[in-house]
Amino acid sequence: MIREGKDNNRIPSGCAICGIFNKDGKRINGSGIISAIEIMHARSNGLGGGFAGYGIYPEYKDYYAFHIFYDDDRAKVCCEEYLNSHFDIANLSRIPTKKHPRIVNEPLIFRYFVLPKPANLISSQLDEQEYTSSCVTKINSDIDGAYVFSSGKDMGVFKAVGYPEDVGSFYRLDEYEAYCWTAHGRYPTNTPGWWGGAHPFSLLDCSIVHNGEISSYDANRRYIEMFGYKCSLLTDTEVIAYILDFLTRKTGLTYEEAASVIAAPFWSTIERKEQHEKEKLIYLRNTFSSLLITGPFSIIVGFKGGIMALNDRLKLRSMVVGEKGNTVYISSEESAIRKICKDLDRIYAPRGGEPVIYTLNGGECNAD
Amino acid sequence: MPINYIFPQFEILRDQTRCIKCRVCEKQCANEVHRYDEDYKMMIADESKCVNCHRCVALCPTSALRIIKNPHSFRENGNWTADTITDIYKQASTAGVLLSSMGNPMSFPVYWDKLVINASQVTNPSIDPLREPMETRTFLGQKKHVIKRDELGNIVPNLGPQLELSTPIMFSAMSYGSLSYNAHESLARAAQELGIMYNTGEGGLHEDFYRYGNNTIVQVASGRFGVHRDYLNAGAAVEIKMGQGAKPGIGGHLPGAKITEDVSKTRMIPVGTDAISPAPHHDIYSIEDLNQLVMSLKNATDFKKPVIVKIAAVHNVAAIASGIARSGADIIAIDGFRGGTGAAPVRIRDNVGIPIELALASVDTRLRNEGIRDNVSLVVGGSVRSSADVVKAIALGADAVYIATAALLALGCHLCRTCYSGKCNWGIATQREDLVKRLNPEVGYQRLVNLITAWTHEIKEMMGGMGINSIEALKGNRFMLRGIGLNQKELDILGVRHAGE
Amino acid sequence: MKKIKVNEKWCLGCHLCEYYCAFANSGIQDMVKALKDMKIQPRLRIEQNEKISFAVSCRHCEDPICVKSCISGALSIIDNVVSIDKNRCIGCYTCVLVCPYGAVMPSEEGAVRKCELCTGNSVSSPACVQGCPNKAIELVEV
Repeated sequence: MIREGKDNNRIPSGCAICGIFNKDGKRINGSGIISAIEIMHARSNGLGGGFAGYGIYPEYKDYYAFHIFYDDDRAKVCCEEYLNSHFDIANLSRIPTKKHPRIVNEPLIFRYFVLPKPANLISSQLDEQEYTSSCVTKINSDIDGAYVFSSGKDMGVFKAVGYPEDVGSFYRLDEYEAYCWTAHGRYPTNTPGWWGGAHPFSLLDCSIVHNGEISSYDANRRYIEMFGYKCSLLTDTEVIAYILDFLTRKTGLTYEEAASVIAAPFWSTIERKEQHEKEKLIYLRNTFSSLLITGPFSIIVGFKGGIMALNDRLKLRSMVVGEKGNTVYISSEESAIRKICKDLDRIYAPRGGEPVIYTLNGGECNAD
Repeated sequence: MPINYIFPQFEILRDQTRCIKCRVCEKQCANEVHRYDEDYKMMIADESKCVNCHRCVALCPTSALRIIKNPHSFRENGNWTADTITDIYKQASTAGVLLSSMGNPMSFPVYWDKLVINASQVTNPSIDPLREPMETRTFLGQKKHVIKRDELGNIVPNLGPQLELSTPIMFSAMSYGSLSYNAHESLARAAQELGIMYNTGEGGLHEDFYRYGNNTIVQVASGRFGVHRDYLNAGAAVEIKMGQGAKPGIGGHLPGAKITEDVSKTRMIPVGTDAISPAPHHDIYSIEDLNQLVMSLKNATDFKKPVIVKIAAVHNVAAIASGIARSGADIIAIDGFRGGTGAAPVRIRDNVGIPIELALASVDTRLRNEGIRDNVSLVVGGSVRSSADVVKAIALGADAVYIATAALLALGCHLCRTCYSGKCNWGIATQREDLVKRLNPEVGYQRLVNLITAWTHEIKEMMGGMGINSIEALKGNRFMLRGIGLNQKELDILGVRHAGE
Repeated sequence: MKKIKVNEKWCLGCHLCEYYCAFANSGIQDMVKALKDMKIQPRLRIEQNEKISFAVSCRHCEDPICVKSCISGALSIIDNVVSIDKNRCIGCYTCVLVCPYGAVMPSEEGAVRKCELCTGNSVSSPACVQGCPNKAIELVEV
């Protein structure tokens, strides 16, 4: 089985992405997103599919929901020992699944609702998020056979090796309700067999689905690894997730400011802006020059209370955004949006490099 | 002399059927090789004085001249080469230290030539530099990222002083004294037109060139030649020269013959005396002393100019760089063992120091491992010979490169390696008025502009091929390189994989 | 109107301009054939001492004394260039004497020679300008 990152395997791929966001926080089940991504079947080759849902665990919304793959029981025992010593576990169970003929070789898939043990948290002198993400990183790198693939509050990632519509059916996503869904179908150029390599990639409550192949990968990786991140999967999605986590959580930029770092406007565009804006953009681009992402990408970022869609500056991958009432649809292809919402108030293709951000509290930032 | 141990290295071949006896070769050779013989009625040459600078060949209107290596030879010997034997004859005769100029000519491996570059295909499109923006703008300086906001929540830019370059190439340090006034004028004007920097070297800054200050890096070397407050504030940045690649461990050397009135005034030393810089800065014996000097220079320039520390690439360059990165310096310049010089002892130039490719890779890796790569920008030189070398240097981790030999070649240098004699026939490395005249800055600066413009265009083509449209995304992007014919250790140090992987 | 401008600051006294001029006006394709074992007949000349050197050539004056002094009408202004009609010149050398710049010189062919801005030969722009290795000679618009 080829596994991302192991033996320095780097697996570039082409893909399909999709997202649905309800600005008023209304929660809908996963059948819509599955239907949308299904129509883009030809953009995948069955070697990876996944979803992220936000607002799916209202009863446990203050707990971190860990979704974990285990290769075998031994890994599970080892991991649970670690979890028990670092977290208080409110609930643990297998993630409910439904057998599907095309989804095979499934690992053990478990879910835990946890909070850091107060005594540990205090003695570590870290904030809750930093504590949790360090523990997740530790499990993923040190406990063989265990992989935490989702670790946010009131949200969850569901992924596997298979077509996304099959993966959605396998995880019974029609039984979950979320105000924000993202989805991904993968077309890798190698044949990975490991479920952990599918998208979305997530860290705490930030999840990323990505279509593209970034040419700046190694420049970005070698920079972001200075700040405690380890790009063990060697995938573009992983490094993008770490970059956004670093810029928003650790450095304190807004998602809009982070977008002007990773998809910084061309110098000629910056020249034409007014003075303050110009100085800010030059400052951001210069300070974080190693976090500029070049090469085609179109990403949908889910985070608590919001969603962001962004294309590279040359718009080398497709992306359209549709609006109907309080619902926003984002997709690689218009057909996927039309499948679930025939008539839209508005549909447009965002400009390359300009972020499209929607949040629950009504704040909007979009390109038109 | 009764016994000729040293035989002429070159032979001058003149096609007498082509020679029209215009005597340009005679007029233009400062070494007095050619002359017209009245009796034979033809041009003859004394090859013992020839240094192979090609001035006569280049100017001959009928292309009648060729210079070849003198085929006179010793018995073939893989160990005792002709050069090695001749060096001993010279030293037996003079008891002197062998001196030479320019960079290490020995056949050590050139790692640039063992690295190949990627191109995007199929999964990721290449970008067309003719039709899409392709950005080479580079900023050098510290990049601390502590976000400051005003009361309204807007970001307030708070980076320290930066150098802005239109392309990641700068002209490296070559002193006024080792180079002529006209050579400096050409470099300064070219730097200004291109939007890059040139470096004064350790000879101080001539008062005529203060007007190019925005494109000048002023150097403070161990001899402190020409260093005064106005000098420090005249440039866009201040460079402390701790060492240079051509001669790590020793200081600069300018023979007295090249110290004319003007050079003496700029350097603030007496006319005609050899200017031999001390080996260390006598106020910097340790890393904490360097820290103090960096702070004094910043204070003297009101913290408005970035401070560069230039070091030679030696064995523990990574550790040294790590120390410098924590000393408050904004930029580290590393000079590899192929770096050129006006004058250096041959044994030091040829045997001391390490290749820049390896030094760069290990410094970049070490700084990233320690999480301090952001504290400084890295500039490398010694020797960068083409735009491909520039691309590879940036991919290994450099922010920008310094070029010197390449710039001199653009000005007309033919690498004859006799700069120390002060008789440069191309008007570059001399102070003799009649020779300096030969370098017209109108011509010189244009050739430098042409060179850098051509290289920048080539860099854009290679970037586009890799699917990169902004140079920042190439910095440290080692995946874009593969090695060929390198052993595992070399691949590990360079941090690249072998071609095919 | 274009004229030759010489900057003595850059003149190296190498005399290449004289050779290229002589070649360009020789009417022969091959430089060796044109100039070997000949006394060259350039239309400009280098004046020099130890300290300074520069090329002297016809200034193509607006009111040329040489034209006024020419007794056979061989010298005239054609398109702002003072030109010689060799067939009319009788070799009296009055023009050589009167030119204040010494720009007119006797020629081996009996007529006189002077710079005609390479209008009468096969090169497209003045050979001295192209041939000067240090850009001491330029063609400028006045």
